[in-house]
Amino acid sequence: MKKNIAGTEIDVNEEGYLTDMTQWNEAIAAAIAVEEGIGALTDAHMKVVRYLREQQAKGAALTIRSMGKSGVVTTKELYDLFPGGPLKKSSKIAGIPKPVGCI
Amino acid sequence: MTDDKQPVKKMSIIVSRGSLDGIYPALIMANGARMEGIEASLFFTFFGLNALANKTLDSLKVSTVGNSALNMAMPMLGLPMTMPFPTWMGALPGVSAFATHLMNKEMEKLDIPPVREFLELISDSGGKIFACKLAMDMFKLKKEDLMDRVDGVLTVGDFYNESAGAGTHILFT
Repeated sequence: MKKNIAGTEIDVNEEGYLTDMTQWNEAIAAAIAVEEGIGALTDAHMKVVRYLREQQAKGAALTIRSMGKSGVVTTKELYDLFPGGPLKKSSKIAGIPKPVGCI
Repeated sequence: MTDDKQPVKKMSIIVSRGSLDGIYPALIMANGARMEGIEASLFFTFFGLNALANKTLDSLKVSTVGNSALNMAMPMLGLPMTMPFPTWMGALPGVSAFATHLMNKEMEKLDIPPVREFLELISDSGGKIFACKLAMDMFKLKKEDLMDRVDGVLTVGDFYNESAGAGTHILFT
């Protein structure tokens, strides 16, 4: 389905995750962050978002453990940056699919 | 149909078993809760304390004796699930260690951390880790015998108080 985010028509799934990560830009990230209750994105947020996009492009499976070990962010910081669903919300903002694992 | 689903706000999980296969499900459920923005508390009692005691927590084993659900596929031997794992075999020296080794290997592939790291991950994510006072007394354990992420030693009453609130679910494992 289509959704207008930050003035652009974007392809999203029924949960609001982008279905084509190439349609993403920083304005879209900012708009989704507000929608998800994260508020304004700081450099720390963007560092995580960029890392997620890099990993997704490589086809890596993302887990909360791998994030904590990435050197980009600690587990505590990740929870503080994206309260209420660290991996889910950061993935949505990064324009990548919802993580499928249980961990 | 009206959408009257009440969200789960908190999971209080009681861990009473001390084998690796007895402990992992609780850790996975607690971590999974935190990842969904749900509060999580783990309350370790009876043999569950094995997962907190520094002397035992890094060498927990899969139970291969008295585990009738165990089959030849379960310890990742690649044999059919319909093939039973004979009880006498589980009692042979080294079999439990071998099954544990295979399970740990599979867990690592799925990015599931070893118990100590898993407890640290849950603690870092804001989950709470408690030990049961009665079980501590029974096993003659002191707080300093437990890993450093333990938030406290609670009585059953303390645990229920800690679990108070609408939207809390208590799970016994």
